Amino acid sequence: MAKVLVVTSGKGGVGKTTTTAALGAALAQRGEKVVVVDFDVGLRNLDLVMGAERRVVFDLINVVQGVAKLPQALIKDKRLENLWLLPASQTRDKDALTEEGVGKVIDDLRSRFDWVICDSPAGIERGASMAMRFADEAVIVTNPEVSSVRDSDRIIGMLDSKTVRAEKGERVEKHILITRYDPSRAARGEMLTIEDILEILATPLLGIIPESQDVLRASNVGTPVTLSNAEGAPARAYIDAARRLCGDTVPMQVPTERKGFMDRLLRRRAA
Amino acid sequence: MSMGLLRLLRGNKATAPVARERLQILLAHERGLRGQPDLLGVLREEILAVVSRHVTLDPTKVIVRLDRGDEVSTLEVDIEVPNDFERNKRAAVG
Repeated sequence: MAKVLVVTSGKGGVGKTTTTAALGAALAQRGEKVVVVDFDVGLRNLDLVMGAERRVVFDLINVVQGVAKLPQALIKDKRLENLWLLPASQTRDKDALTEEGVGKVIDDLRSRFDWVICDSPAGIERGASMAMRFADEAVIVTNPEVSSVRDSDRIIGMLDSKTVRAEKGERVEKHILITRYDPSRAARGEMLTIEDILEILATPLLGIIPESQDVLRASNVGTPVTLSNAEGAPARAYIDAARRLCGDTVPMQVPTERKGFMDRLLRRRAA
Repeated sequence: MSMGLLRLLRGNKATAPVARERLQILLAHERGLRGQPDLLGVLREEILAVVSRHVTLDPTKVIVRLDRGDEVSTLEVDIEVPNDFERNKRAAVG
């Protein structure tokens, strides 16, 4: 039974696209058949983060409007057998995303994949509401920072009222994914703690992605972070989160960088 | 304790508890509004309709404001009534 998962946040720049790429790749590595769908019409970036920017021919809007068939628009990942991308349009207007059209594309994707991961644009307007409209589950990407937590709360309200599931009286299963977390700053009282965020948002935790240079490095080269440095802290955190999405019980921890002797020495010198 | 001492020595305060408290107050307020997306709009329309039955009003001069406090909230209704409304009323009756 296919699952439609929206990766959303309200606030921009918190890591939705990174998360979509990383979770998509991690699920595909587990043998699940995955498509990641970019809903950020006009500002597409999932293609770039996935390293497929030069292979885009048709896009989501083309398929919604019947200009292209779905298989023509799907881009197969070059590294993973089970991973596909449906890019957003860079030129069209987001109003081209009609509810009926998007619904048909999502239904078609459901019949072809195990996971349909929708990368939501920031904000609460049409693109964001279409990305969450048909979702069964939601990953709400949140930074330990007041504006991000507030926007996540707003998005949770929308997931509980504006989705097809909500309107049928069913629930969208929601998960919080905390990104850019710095355990040492939280311990010093400089950053909201995991407990603070979960208590305020009253939503279960899917994972904690530590602040790391790996994330920028991965996007620089167009590779999901779970593939670019699979041993790194963010990759391990995303792989754990993907396992939890599949129903595995994985103890929650904040993965830390495995530092060598030289790293420690240099860090001590610098500090 | 040692954390507190460290902080004292360095002279900076933990700001995360402030963030947490501000968020809790703000979100309690925003969630309250979410259920009734436009309570003030509805109140304004209905108050305007009732008063307009008796007084000719300029709809832009009706201000409805809700101030939420910790214990009680205040609903403030400010309606500007034109001075000549009594005269208009007599003229209309007569």
